[in-house]
Amino acid sequence: MSSVSAAPAPRRRRRGGLLRRRAWDLVGLALFVVLVFPVFWMISTAFKPDDEINALTPTWITTSPTLDHFRDAMARPYFWDTVQNTLIVVGVAVSASIVLAFLAAVALAKYRFTGSRLFVVLMLGILMLPPVGLIIPLYVVLARYGLTNALTGVILTYLTFTLPFAVLTLRSFILGIPRELEEAAMVDGSSRLGAFVRILLPLVAPGLVATSVFAFITAWNEYIFASVILTDQANHTTTVWLSYFLGTSRNVDWGALMAASTLTAIPVIAFFLLVQRRIAFGLTSGAVRG
Amino acid sequence: MARRRPFSLRRLASASVPYLLVAPVVVAIGAILGYPLYRLVTLSFQRYGLPELIQRQGDWIGLDNYRSVLGDSLFWDVLLRTVIFTVANVGLTMALGTLIALLLVQLSAPVRVLLTTGLVLVWAMPAVVAVQVWYWMTNFQNGVLNHILTQLHVGDFFQHDWYASPLSQLSMVTLLIVWGAIPFVAVATYAGLAQVPRELVEAAHMDGAGPVRVFRDVTFPTIKPILLILTSLSIIWDFGVFAQPYLLIGASHMNESNYLMGVYVYLEGYAHSDFGRGAAISVLMLLIVAALSVVYVRRMVRVEEPA
Repeated sequence: MSSVSAAPAPRRRRRGGLLRRRAWDLVGLALFVVLVFPVFWMISTAFKPDDEINALTPTWITTSPTLDHFRDAMARPYFWDTVQNTLIVVGVAVSASIVLAFLAAVALAKYRFTGSRLFVVLMLGILMLPPVGLIIPLYVVLARYGLTNALTGVILTYLTFTLPFAVLTLRSFILGIPRELEEAAMVDGSSRLGAFVRILLPLVAPGLVATSVFAFITAWNEYIFASVILTDQANHTTTVWLSYFLGTSRNVDWGALMAASTLTAIPVIAFFLLVQRRIAFGLTSGAVRG
Repeated sequence: MARRRPFSLRRLASASVPYLLVAPVVVAIGAILGYPLYRLVTLSFQRYGLPELIQRQGDWIGLDNYRSVLGDSLFWDVLLRTVIFTVANVGLTMALGTLIALLLVQLSAPVRVLLTTGLVLVWAMPAVVAVQVWYWMTNFQNGVLNHILTQLHVGDFFQHDWYASPLSQLSMVTLLIVWGAIPFVAVATYAGLAQVPRELVEAAHMDGAGPVRVFRDVTFPTIKPILLILTSLSIIWDFGVFAQPYLLIGASHMNESNYLMGVYVYLEGYAHSDFGRGAAISVLMLLIVAALSVVYVRRMVRVEEPA
């Protein structure tokens, strides 16, 4: 017997307890299969030769995988242009948001001032606005300044959601830092700014990373603003490029479409699995939904 | 005197620090969102089509756009359809999401990790990608959904066209949206379930309460605030949904019998370059969503700052 006693077993463990748990596990496994099936089917199709894809009876996993579809998808016109565009748009929007939002988040978390509550409510409210309700004024205003069909215009529209999102998430991260740490530094004789830089910044760094990644994901997934503002195919973002993939032809190249879909989803899925625990599913980050 | 002046200056300076810190965000939001929202309202009172867009000058026509929209039976049809669609989507999402959260509690650790990973994987799928996959799975020629349903003897779905009628089209959109929305609800509710007091559940069991009663009297009251927030968020999202219906049903198959609010605003305003009328529809839509959001925002503020 070790000195550390194990957690007491539930007093009323029924005889069928284990069996019941096994049964639930089976339900859980079945559910997993159903939920993940579309993702599996996308990847599975992307590696399949054409005759298996077009057969009437599906092949679940191919025995002769091919990379042809990925090659086809990448060789499609504008693929690399759109990847580059997306990276520029998302990169600028996210980094600008993080810098501006960080300042505001510090003010909201560390100072009491008139209007701070209103400010938070406003940020929450903005995130609730349906993007489709904003496309007309955004388009008209950007057209007025010659910013339609330009990446700058799209970046500005992306800020409408990345900025409030970053403010709210960073604020809750900073609120999570114990005040005593910062005060201890101030007693040491550092100025408020000094304390801030030396103590707060390293502590908040993981929050900055998580917020950036989540903002990156939302912006990468964005569709309607980009499709409305950008008219030339060479200017499109990846999601818009993907939405035009089908075209109007009768014979759809499903293999290439699924390869292109996989390529579009990979960065998001990778990042998502990386940070999902960090954000702790705080509901302020509610604006992130697939 | 000489000592007081710097002191009060310093106080003034430190009082203005938070305002200086939020100023950039306020200015940025004002420029990229405040001004467009102001423009939205003015546009809705103007005749503003392509010629006006080029001349940068619209004609003031008062309430004509609103009169035209509200007098159009299409608007009311779309509104009603969107409300029904939203109720169906939110109802399914919340019911299934909560059930999965309750299931997660019952699972053994490895299966729970597996299912959670699966949920996150689904959560991470970009909407536009999900649409393409859905379209491939339900295609007329050899959709795998048709195959599976036929194999399971649900019926003969060989070369069944899922996009033949508006009801069928919107049901496919519902499937897609609910599938994508379940993870968020399930994971957040599961997190909420961790707060359910164990002793209370055990005590209830001791008193001979069945699982249904335990859920109703112990579990549900604890997770009710989370469920309320999730429900209002889902309502807001599903009411304004655009990419899924527009892309899954397909631009060429969009017609008045399958419009949802988001698609309606997009086609009537942007695609037809009738920005004034589109602005009026947008204003109406935003007002509806704002009314729906009030519940959510008030609840969020209360959760965040307990009195």
